[in-house]
Amino acid sequence: MDIQVPKPIIDTAAGDPWRGFKGDHWKTRIAMRDFIRLNYAEYRGDAGFLAPPTEKTRRQWSVVTELLKKERLNGGVLDVSTEVGSRITAHAPGFISREDEVIVGLQTDAPLRRAIFPNGGMRMVEQSLEEYGFPPVPEKITEIFRHYRKSHNEGVFDVYDPEILACRRSGVITGLPDAYGRGRIIGDYRRVALYGVDWLVAERQRQKAETDGAEFTDFIIRQREELSEQVKALLELKALANAYGFDISAPAQTALEAVQWLYFGYLAAAKEANGAATSVGRITTFLDIYIQRDLDEGRITEAEAQEMIDHLIIKFRIIRYMRTRDFDALYSGDPTWVTLTLAGMSSDGPSLVSKTCFRVLQTLYNIGLSPEPNLTILWSVRLPAGFKAFASKVAIDTSAVQFENDDVMLPQRVGGIPLGDDYAIACCVSAMRVGKQMQFFGARANLAKALLYAINGGVDELSGVKVVEGFEPITSEYLEYEEVMPRFEAVLDWLAAVYVRALNAIHYMHDKYAPERLMMALHDRDILRTMAMGIAGLSITADSLSAIKHARVRVIRNEAGVAVDFAIEGKYPAYGNNDDSVDSIAVSLTEGFMKRLHQHRFYRDAVPTQSVLTITSNVVYGKKTGATPCGRAAGKPFSPGANPTNGRDENGWIAAGFSVAKIPYEAAQDGISWTASSTPGSLGKTPDERIANMANCIDGFCDATGFHINVNVLNRDTLLDAMKRPEEYPQLTIRVSGYAVNFIRLTREQQLDVISRTFHETC
Amino acid sequence: MDGPGVRFVLFMNGCQMRCQYCHNPDTWKLKSGQKKTVAETVADIGKYARFLKYVGGLTISGGEPLMQPEFVGTVMRRVKQEFGLHIALDTNGAFAGTVPDDWFDPVDLVLLDIKQIDPVRHRELTATELQPVLDAAQRLARLGKPLWIRYVLVPGWTDGFDDVERLADFVATLSTVERVEVLPFHNMAAYKWEAMAGGRYQLADTPAPTPEMEQRVRQQFFKRGLQVV
Repeated sequence: MDIQVPKPIIDTAAGDPWRGFKGDHWKTRIAMRDFIRLNYAEYRGDAGFLAPPTEKTRRQWSVVTELLKKERLNGGVLDVSTEVGSRITAHAPGFISREDEVIVGLQTDAPLRRAIFPNGGMRMVEQSLEEYGFPPVPEKITEIFRHYRKSHNEGVFDVYDPEILACRRSGVITGLPDAYGRGRIIGDYRRVALYGVDWLVAERQRQKAETDGAEFTDFIIRQREELSEQVKALLELKALANAYGFDISAPAQTALEAVQWLYFGYLAAAKEANGAATSVGRITTFLDIYIQRDLDEGRITEAEAQEMIDHLIIKFRIIRYMRTRDFDALYSGDPTWVTLTLAGMSSDGPSLVSKTCFRVLQTLYNIGLSPEPNLTILWSVRLPAGFKAFASKVAIDTSAVQFENDDVMLPQRVGGIPLGDDYAIACCVSAMRVGKQMQFFGARANLAKALLYAINGGVDELSGVKVVEGFEPITSEYLEYEEVMPRFEAVLDWLAAVYVRALNAIHYMHDKYAPERLMMALHDRDILRTMAMGIAGLSITADSLSAIKHARVRVIRNEAGVAVDFAIEGKYPAYGNNDDSVDSIAVSLTEGFMKRLHQHRFYRDAVPTQSVLTITSNVVYGKKTGATPCGRAAGKPFSPGANPTNGRDENGWIAAGFSVAKIPYEAAQDGISWTASSTPGSLGKTPDERIANMANCIDGFCDATGFHINVNVLNRDTLLDAMKRPEEYPQLTIRVSGYAVNFIRLTREQQLDVISRTFHETC
Repeated sequence: MDGPGVRFVLFMNGCQMRCQYCHNPDTWKLKSGQKKTVAETVADIGKYARFLKYVGGLTISGGEPLMQPEFVGTVMRRVKQEFGLHIALDTNGAFAGTVPDDWFDPVDLVLLDIKQIDPVRHRELTATELQPVLDAAQRLARLGKPLWIRYVLVPGWTDGFDDVERLADFVATLSTVERVEVLPFHNMAAYKWEAMAGGRYQLADTPAPTPEMEQRVRQQFFKRGLQVV
């Protein structure tokens, strides 16, 4: 790498990096939670202290705004660096506007210029370049991957069996991370700031030395290789920082350094791994300790504190990956899930709300709306009132934050260990203890299609292909619950087995060919791994079973005898109306699938979990699924996540939320997603009333053990207008399923789906 | 607003008034609704009780709740006892004289509609007498019940300057009034009237009040030290 070393742009002569910090335990070993708990200051006040953007922030953001516009007009991708595969040190330093950036570092040598990641698979690299109209990669690189180096994607397809391929083709299992990076791993980037890289390197070397002379079993060999690779990644991280003029060997001495060190850690991870979700973790209250110390020392003003947060957030907003159109169909709007987790309670008393939680929310006012980073507020009924009010105000004003229930998660045991008070959310709703737990992301199985396989004896309702042997079709004119259920359960047994096989193969190969070395270097050596499975189509499957049970469902078959449509006689209770007679079906579907997963063995002894989360792939799932017995037409989108079917939640959003809250988190520890859209008027007459009602509603929903609320406070007309005149709404942000998107970057299909969702005009 | 915060609204069927501007004429008839027992009703509310404690409470509306005093009284007592919810009663007050004082014990707030202060125009507008409404207002104030007085502003029917002056004077004498709501008339219920056999909607062509008119009426209450929303 050819690196010109610029002059350091900040003064690093602040002295002892740990001056004034309390505690001893964290000084002898990596113990982030201990450090934070002993040194942070809970903030119980209101938002009155917050500062507006500085001139530097305004100028820098206007440069970014222009670039974002160019990116959009250029078909979604501004530029791609095809000359080199992405690595931590692959690119020379890049800047947005050098004089105005207090935090530096880009994924490549220019903002919004995307990198390529051949380790995942050359086919996807080539496909994405072609689809977005960029020239192919140089022959040199293709040659390496043709002859000398295998990719993750190739490895996976070497071991897939015919059933997995058939399920993948038919869409009964969709979205598997075999053609894109798995993501959802959160490095503990705070460690870079608190300890400096040399400490982390030394720790890994010490850990490797522990097994010198030990019996070299598979386990030990793998561990030693991984530790070695992690040391290399850490040294590359230092080189990356060095290229930007910083020596991050030692701990950060000031707030600005802490933000910069932490960001370098994140940036290096983002340069190395092509993860679908590259989440940042729980960083605000950690950074607040440094900011507060600098404020107390008179080193910075509130305006400067806000400035460094604004600039950090600008960096998170422009994280980009080169994706294929297939990926965009699954997860639309070009998301990166730079999920940033805020607030929450400590496990032994006060909340973890700090002024920097406010500062991060303030960025939505200072530099306008944005879907990224995916601001995720851990809500507890015990959070300070000042924060509740500000968070509610932000939700109402921006529709750009989501809420997840800390009271449910904090005590929850995953793999026998409580999540505690230092977990963060990866992607949308996946909780993991930072630096101590990672997950193997696993997309989702389509329950609705599985039900159709039970009815059609394993024949796919759209293609007519027999996907699975050994099942007989139902031939009666009307569906009987007692006949359908045992067949459905048998199909689910089969589906779970295929699904687990696929995921074990994917993650084995991902570890082997596309390891996230730096992210894992920022974890403990010994961690808990979860295998994060998922289900899609919960609401329509529950509704279908309810229809079969409570109404009469007549089967309409084509010439080949395949059920292609259903006629419903009578009425049935639909999921989403707080009616136990159907909500209990949704609960038992969720619990039932989890039980099935538990019967299998998982790669690296991972603990299985599942999510009820579709992200935006509810549209693709719908497309790939024939008509369902609930009355949904073939090809129509599923509802997102655990949401009730659009338009069937007739009793208002409170009843809908109560139905969703019945899905037990214990059976879906990778999260249960609920997106609610309401109109501003429904929340109250005055802004103050709306804020109070919003905060109280989240309290009430959390108290009812609801897990997640993605709130949109919008009028449908605004969205319709934005479809007509996108140029007028460059920053319009809406929450979809677990993340936010820039509305005008959704496909037309996705836009229509969002608009068709129930907008509750009354409670 | 149906009371503070988010409310579970229990709509009681049946109303003795026939207000020209009623936006729920479909609830006039006592027997046109769904039949529910006290136990079913309390159980329905119970499903949301914890939530409602955070966000607001129960509002009993209509129709006119006092058309079914026994049912409503029992539901309110049980909801208060079993869940401790905040209870608001949305009434026109005309039948308040039929229940004893302790019937109001579980009520935390009364949303009292006063349609017109002029007895003649009141009769024209609602086909009922004014005096029982005024009696109810004074009695509820005596019982210490917080009151939200609601006044629907209908051009040509309730916007007279002198009428509003007299009403504001009266309201100012009630010691427990927390706020006055001036609700601008809208004719969005026209379709409901058309759907009803024999429903003659005389206000189909009545415009919504102008902002100036609303402002003037609010001022009239405001001048007497009342909180107006």
